[in-house]
Amino acid sequence: MEVERESLRARQLRARDLLRGDLEGKDLEQYVEESVLTTTLENALNWGRANALFPLTFGLACCGIEMMSMVTSRYDIARFGAEAFRASPRQADMIILSGRVSIKMAPVVRRVYDQMLEPKWVIAMGACSSSGGMFANYAVVQGADKFMPVDVHIPGCPPRPEALLHGFNKLQRLVRGQPDLGWRQRYNAVGTEEWARFETGEPTSEAIERAAKAVEDA
Amino acid sequence: MPDAPGLELIAQGIEEGRQGIVIETSVEHGRATLVVNPEGLLHALSWLRDQPDQAYRFLSSVHAADYLPATPRFAVHYELLCRERVERINVKALLEDPAAGNGATGAPGSEAEDAPVDAGLPEIDSCVALYPTAEFQEREAYDFFGIVFKGHPDLRRILMPEDYVGWPQRRDYPMGGEPVLFTHNEIEAPRWFE
Amino acid sequence: MTPDDLLRDEADITERGYSRLGEDPSSPLVDAAELAGQGPVGPGLEPEQEILTINMGPHHPATHGVLRLIVTLQGERVLDLKPVMGYVHTGIEKNCEDKSYWKVIPFVERMDYLAYFFNAEAFCGCVERLVGLEIPRRAQYLRVIHMELNRIHSHLVGLGTTALDLGAISMFWYCFRERDRILDLFEMSGGQRMHTRYIQVGGVFEDIPVGFEEKLREFCAVMPARIDQYEALLDRNEIFLRRTKDVGIVSRERLLELGVTGPLLRAAGEPWDLRKTPGYLSYGDYDFKIPVGTVGDGYDRYRVRIAEMRESVRIIEQAIDGLPEGPWIADDRKYVLPPRDELSTSMEALIHHFKLVTEGFRVPPGELYYPVEGPRGELGCFVVADGSSKPARVHFRDAGFVNLQAFRDMCVGGLIADLIQNLGMLDPNLGGIDR
Repeated sequence: MEVERESLRARQLRARDLLRGDLEGKDLEQYVEESVLTTTLENALNWGRANALFPLTFGLACCGIEMMSMVTSRYDIARFGAEAFRASPRQADMIILSGRVSIKMAPVVRRVYDQMLEPKWVIAMGACSSSGGMFANYAVVQGADKFMPVDVHIPGCPPRPEALLHGFNKLQRLVRGQPDLGWRQRYNAVGTEEWARFETGEPTSEAIERAAKAVEDA
Repeated sequence: MPDAPGLELIAQGIEEGRQGIVIETSVEHGRATLVVNPEGLLHALSWLRDQPDQAYRFLSSVHAADYLPATPRFAVHYELLCRERVERINVKALLEDPAAGNGATGAPGSEAEDAPVDAGLPEIDSCVALYPTAEFQEREAYDFFGIVFKGHPDLRRILMPEDYVGWPQRRDYPMGGEPVLFTHNEIEAPRWFE
Repeated sequence: MTPDDLLRDEADITERGYSRLGEDPSSPLVDAAELAGQGPVGPGLEPEQEILTINMGPHHPATHGVLRLIVTLQGERVLDLKPVMGYVHTGIEKNCEDKSYWKVIPFVERMDYLAYFFNAEAFCGCVERLVGLEIPRRAQYLRVIHMELNRIHSHLVGLGTTALDLGAISMFWYCFRERDRILDLFEMSGGQRMHTRYIQVGGVFEDIPVGFEEKLREFCAVMPARIDQYEALLDRNEIFLRRTKDVGIVSRERLLELGVTGPLLRAAGEPWDLRKTPGYLSYGDYDFKIPVGTVGDGYDRYRVRIAEMRESVRIIEQAIDGLPEGPWIADDRKYVLPPRDELSTSMEALIHHFKLVTEGFRVPPGELYYPVEGPRGELGCFVVADGSSKPARVHFRDAGFVNLQAFRDMCVGGLIADLIQNLGMLDPNLGGIDR
């Protein structure tokens, strides 16, 4: 897009016309586009929300230590605006589940999540809160998304603070309304997610059984 | 660590007070073990603690182990330490499982799920009066193995939820968890969006 | 009377009819039957003296982990305290029974998640003794270097978070700055910042890379000055002194009865450290002191930890100076993976590798308890081997779990603000407590 650089004199004349109220129609629109930043209220709100997320202090286990080190000066989260970790769920809008969620802790986590006010987001940091991690046993809930919605999962055991920041940036994009769908966006594969596959008509287990039986009978 | 003759002398000393307590002595990998009868446990521990030349006044650890399928099934280990001589001795109390053959593990999904799990729990005296450090550790042994410590001031679950049913660290209690999802079995397991 | 005297004046409360304060801490201070017969405001008690039971729930601003405390208060004074644990219980001990010995190491590292090298050393040391495997000198020295670095790391995090709870927030940033340097060293040798699986049965996984030694020496050169910085921040800070001096004192005998070890015991005056008595690995080769406190209050615990960090730096310097040449892991192919370059030439090595990776090595039947000196105290590992390639029982005697029994004694009779300070100076690690 080429922008014509008007001479200073022409711009002055245009500004004089605006002030007199003589600019009409297309000229007015063009003037406004060039000089004023417009946006919808929603976009502005989302931008503000994304850059000032208040995380909740919720360190459960080893990942909590890496989350604490993300707050410190080397991997500064303050440059993204989220250094104000609130202790009270009423004041926080993001919860970082850092660590393994045991069966005793799960109702507590859910309660804390419920006490948070909308809009709220959840980052499941590390393998243990995303899927139970290496602990496939009686005591660990196999993934926090068994009992609460999770927006971003971060793999790692524990994830490096840079990985946590990367996940945090993805959450920021989600908050701003431009979610980064990762490789599926780049390879034109949106719609192949597990939950979407079943909706887009891929065979369910009954259908597979029916097909197998049909082959047997035939 | 007391060597084998020293351990024999200790066993004799304990037997002098009360007969039939020490079942066996062994020294393995540098560790001296006194296998005792649970009835005489407190006598053995207090002898080891109060005898001036033994003075095992520090209890490092109380923990239980499940030796299924060997009988007796449970054993409670007491790791004692004498800080003056820097010697450790282990007292091992063997416990039978009174509910053997019951099939009641309290595990979710097992057949005898509704059978009372407290029906037959192994019992042993609590040594909290001798060594106050045993308080939390005996609670842990109760929580995970169902071993009841008689005389414990506050015997209840410590690490599992209070209303949990079953004794998780017993060998016949299932590990739990979920099967790992691969593409060949992902259709069978319902996920959160179903 | 200054406001301090009013707050700490027990005679005042005794006069009003509550005379059981200060008695033997093991007896329940609040008699439930007695209280049941009264209303919320008992006879002789003013409304502001009523007994209040509050729950410092598993999620709280004190950043030490998910510990739930049920505290019975009268005004601001703590009458009784019940810790409830288990909120991060992961069933690691049970899960280890299902894995071969090699695979148990990463599980066991995640128990006390600030002292991961110690967990690994306790387990590997136990298995090595069960199997009768000698580890080479270089491996011993490397293990000691990493363990002492981990001790410094644990103390840094503990002190940083304690100071954060007390309001001295700058200490948190400074401590984590050093912690990042230590984690850089771990990343160089083990590939990962935390839970590196560097300590293996038979020695260490790999030799230290080129550049590790220089970076370590840099760190050792810089660290004493940094510790001076921490002391400058807190040592003569009036608020810190007022909060920690003479607070949370438990007598040495009581601590020994309760089985407490580590910096808490040493701050109370007992010079007990497993690195010196009886010693293990190569600790006998180094010249280091055990810092011991006098009073046993929060200030002594803080000083003991700072001094331990200095001693650890000295140990690391001596270890890296005297690092012997040689193999970094034992030779015995039955338990230790052969070096990869041999796999393409030697059939035996391939078979050993295959057996070790698929099934794992078998340990002859036996059981053993092996303690090491962790940053919180005696960390012991109990392994029952039944002759197969999986352990029959793995149990850790965790220092934090036993030390937590002293917490009640530390807090009862004090103010609730002192409870926060005591919790920090106790340095609990809920991963180790809950396992």
